Amino acid sequence: MIPLPFYLLLAAALFCIGLFGALARRNAIAILMGIELMLNAVNINLIAFWRYIQPAAPTWDLAGQIFALFVITLAAAEAAIALALVIAIYRSRDTVNVEEVDLMKW
Amino acid sequence: MPVDYLPILVMLIVVSAFAAIALTISALVGPRRPTPAKLSPYESGMPPFGSARRRVPVKYYLTAVLFILFDIEIIFFYPWAVLFRQLGWFGLIEMALFVLVLLVGYVYVWRKGGFDWD
Amino acid sequence: MSLSVPDLNLRIIAPVLIVAISALVVLLGELVTSSAQKRGLGYASLVGLLAAGGAAMGLWDAHAVAFREMVRADNFGVFLTLTILAGAVLCILLSFDFTRAHRIETGEYYALILFSVTGMLLMVTAADLIIIFLALELLSLPLYILAAFKREDERSLEAGLKYFLLGAFSSAFFLYGIALVYGATGTTNLARIAASAPSEMLLIGAGLLLVGFAFKVALVPFHWWTPDVYEGAPTTITAFMSVAVKAAAFGAFLRAFLVALPALAMDWRVVLAIIAVLTMTLGNVAALLQANIKRMLAYSSIAHAGYILIALVAMGGAGVSAALFYLLAYTLTNLGAFGAVIALGEGERERLNVSDYGGLARMQPLLAAMLTVFMLSLAGFPPFAGFVGKFLIFGAAVQNGWAWLAVVGVLNSLVSVYFYLRPVVAMYMSEPVEGWGAPRVAPLVALALVLALIGVIALGVFPAPAIALAAGGLGR
Repeated sequence: MIPLPFYLLLAAALFCIGLFGALARRNAIAILMGIELMLNAVNINLIAFWRYIQPAAPTWDLAGQIFALFVITLAAAEAAIALALVIAIYRSRDTVNVEEVDLMKW
Repeated sequence: MPVDYLPILVMLIVVSAFAAIALTISALVGPRRPTPAKLSPYESGMPPFGSARRRVPVKYYLTAVLFILFDIEIIFFYPWAVLFRQLGWFGLIEMALFVLVLLVGYVYVWRKGGFDWD
Repeated sequence: MSLSVPDLNLRIIAPVLIVAISALVVLLGELVTSSAQKRGLGYASLVGLLAAGGAAMGLWDAHAVAFREMVRADNFGVFLTLTILAGAVLCILLSFDFTRAHRIETGEYYALILFSVTGMLLMVTAADLIIIFLALELLSLPLYILAAFKREDERSLEAGLKYFLLGAFSSAFFLYGIALVYGATGTTNLARIAASAPSEMLLIGAGLLLVGFAFKVALVPFHWWTPDVYEGAPTTITAFMSVAVKAAAFGAFLRAFLVALPALAMDWRVVLAIIAVLTMTLGNVAALLQANIKRMLAYSSIAHAGYILIALVAMGGAGVSAALFYLLAYTLTNLGAFGAVIALGEGERERLNVSDYGGLARMQPLLAAMLTVFMLSLAGFPPFAGFVGKFLIFGAAVQNGWAWLAVVGVLNSLVSVYFYLRPVVAMYMSEPVEGWGAPRVAPLVALALVLALIGVIALGVFPAPAIALAAGGLGR
């Protein structure tokens, strides 16, 4: 069996790649892709933890697995809202660059 | 104990220094000799044709959004289907309620014309 | 492997269910109503919210858990449920004429508010990190849309996009925190997390949870989305976000840290105390510099999050009850203040600059007096609700050995007096500005303002019953 830290390192690396993408990109869709990568990195964590916790747990418990399913669904809902927002912004501003969406200063 | 966190601080300094040094050195000594092959989007791949900025009707996006939303809900059917017999009537009623909620969304999208192509 | 049906206890989540069903009904109602009938959907939403309030009152002293201890009905949750419902009712009362004037009067508007309220109620009832996360998303996703609801207004769209990007970003951190807590303790149940041994991984997980909560309640340094989103979003939605999201997120924040992580209190109390100082100071100082009243109230809401954080640092029964009382007082006061801004709008124009408030005391003496009361309550003057709230929070801090934090809080309150009184001074001292007619206040808006005013004064003059209700309700 692959040791748990390997999974955790993989998840942490993916999370950081997603984090970098979300912070460094200026295209709203690319930022969204970074965020999705972060969410899915956590899914790897959840499943890996579940796999290692379950044999020791006193009762049968699916928390980690089921939580990952919920996260996948939520990621889809977020993607749908983001696409709708981006289309609306593109129609009115002709850009999806977040640096140009700055009527109000940060 | 604050002293327990000392390794984290040391790690932080080492990591920052390494990143700074690596970036500086590669910027200073790295040769930059661009060739047409290196600059092509897909090296040893298919040459791209047309413009990637070609306009796609916005209707595709709406379809994509709706597809994502209704498609992903299937994920909740998997655990239910695997344990269908053990869950029995309870599971069936729960799933019926779940589908009912989805149906409300479906009816809303349908009546609002979300599925009309033209 | 054996399967058992979980302990279904629909009574415990009855308020959540009622609001969710109302949301679905309103959404379907949108399909069968003409544009002149949309107002009816608003009334339907009010009925749903009031019914949920009735169901919530029935849960007082129920002290029960259900769904494998994933939700818990305790007086802490019921108090916050009623606070959130009160905020939602006032927001919908303010919305009727606002949405018509701004041409966003649709069933979706009300349905999305109800969906968001569903998430909020679930969040303050949740006793499991999975449910807290789902509730957090359920309350956030409709708000992203609502912030961008005025589609032809580019500022509104921009507010929606910024809120979405930063909200989704913070959810990822929050989720990572939950995963690490799960890995460290083998459970997501708050009470069982408390029972397991502390570890480094649990500490990192708690830190990431803190980042997620800090984004939602707008704590420094995770506050920068707040002014832009509050300025760009439709004013009714800004009002709703500023109070209801705070009540819900602080509910889960308090519950998660006080129930699940008391063993790590040594570590997080100091961090939260520093964040509280930064949040209060930055919120108040930045509010001093704002000319736009929505931005000013946004920074003010950041400052108030800092005050409430003091109650969490103080911990103990006094801290929890002070936080609950403060959230109720802040909900009524802030909705009142935003309500006055909404009431003073003319068609699609709103009085957004402090100078627009010149001379209103002569044209609208009653409304000017009300806005003055709300501003004084926000600043913490007796005999209004805000004063009692601050008194309780600072008292709890002193009582539990955080006197210096209370001193910083009091100094901050003094700074805040200056900007809260600026619109008041303009109303009473300045000449009327050109280009504004005499405002006409719609009856439902007036009703909301009067309800908020009664609440603010009642909580300020007779605080004892509310303090008693807020005390000692956090179930473990």
